[in-house]
Amino acid sequence: MEHTVSLRIDGVDQEVSVDTRTTLLDALRERVGNTSPKKGCDHGQCGSCTVLLDGRRHLTCLALAVAYDGAEIVTASGLAGEGDDGELHPVQQAFLAHDGYQCGYCTPGQVCSAVGVIDEAKRGQPSHVTDDLEADIDLDDDEIRERMSGNLCRCGAYVGILDAVREAAAR
Amino acid sequence: MRELTYEVPATAEEAVAKVTGDEQARFLGGGTNLVDHLKLGVSTPKVLVDISRLPFDAVEQTDDGLRIGTNVRNSDLAAHPLVRSGWPGLSRALLAGASGQLRNQATTGGNLLQRTRCVYFQDITTPCNKREPGSGCSAIEGYGRHNALLGTSEACVATHPSDMAVALVALNATVVVLGPDGERRIPVADLHTLPGHHPEVETTLAHGELITHVELPVTTLAKRSTYYKARDRASYAFALVSAAAALSIEDGVVADVALAWGGVAHKPWRASRAEEALRGQPLEESAIASAVDEELRDAVTGPDNDYKRALLRGVTTAALSRLAPTEVSR
Repeated sequence: MEHTVSLRIDGVDQEVSVDTRTTLLDALRERVGNTSPKKGCDHGQCGSCTVLLDGRRHLTCLALAVAYDGAEIVTASGLAGEGDDGELHPVQQAFLAHDGYQCGYCTPGQVCSAVGVIDEAKRGQPSHVTDDLEADIDLDDDEIRERMSGNLCRCGAYVGILDAVREAAAR
Repeated sequence: MRELTYEVPATAEEAVAKVTGDEQARFLGGGTNLVDHLKLGVSTPKVLVDISRLPFDAVEQTDDGLRIGTNVRNSDLAAHPLVRSGWPGLSRALLAGASGQLRNQATTGGNLLQRTRCVYFQDITTPCNKREPGSGCSAIEGYGRHNALLGTSEACVATHPSDMAVALVALNATVVVLGPDGERRIPVADLHTLPGHHPEVETTLAHGELITHVELPVTTLAKRSTYYKARDRASYAFALVSAAAALSIEDGVVADVALAWGGVAHKPWRASRAEEALRGQPLEESAIASAVDEELRDAVTGPDNDYKRALLRGVTTAALSRLAPTEVSR
């Protein structure tokens, strides 16, 4: 059954035609042609399809597009300024500076997740490793590791990713 | 994935009527579990009734505690200031589950109704009495490391996967349920069922009954609550076993204690026998170990999941130790 959903994708309003069964990830990649979010496991276990949805990090593989009419989506490619020479987002710059990737497949998801992590910490949201649930958040290495745990990197670039998120968070 | 229709009801009553009237209809909340099961072929509804836009998205303070809307996201509930201060065990349980992305998507009601992670349940090429009643249980003779040890049956040894539900059981929470004949309340401890001969039945809800809220009673005990989870990696994994605990010590002995376990049964397991054994005792490791053993008196384990006995002593001791005013003596 076909539906039309209105989505704002990387700053552009779009009407997207989808089957009921189409995930947000397939809608972005196959219908809109935005291949920034990646299909890794397609079962919510790897994080490579992460985008910012209404400002919060969100998987797109376990989301049926039809249920997200009116949503605002920012993918990793939409974080940068416009055009091929647009300025990169501070998190993207930090991933470059610290080699926070190897093959790059998980990187768009890692970058979107990191943007979410930094915002959640600024808003004082605790994590599993936060000692005092009511204190301000100090985004130390343990906190970054825990908060980024939903994004797997099969190349094992975690050391660089940790450095990148730490630097971006300190900016 | 099988073909589906999708509907957005205007009211909760309309949502309940739609699902009650159609055996092939299911509620759709955050979708983190259901969409996965649609892909896997584990769940094959013909109609999805999307309740995620219904106005059950607030955490409200009431005279008796908190009233949590079913659509409140796991991340928002964990971070809510009143939950963090009044029911820290609930915050801890939520934060121990899934990933940041999934917690932004998963809902309160959906978390309670998530289905087992038993590998055979999720693999439609294998027999499973829960997925296909009467086909047999592959887990009893097969890979048994995650199997339940309490309240099992010859038909099913699956565990309930939720962390949040374990904390809600320890904290005496209640679900508010809307059905065709109106509203009723069910203690979370009575929401989930043991498998018996019908493991395909997982809750005491009728088809079409909708969880609209979770009510959390305010108590002084809940303020001293926590959650301790053992898993195969440091983060982002389901529990092998876990313990939600709340503790009050007076005059050097346990005045009151609440204890519930995850990863041990088809439902979040209230460890009432262990609680009884601990009341009035000094909080020492030996007392905790015998209380755990008392709770496990009827446990049935095989070579693959026997490790859970020792792990339960460990997580229970760890959880209670976090709450103890002084170090727990050996």
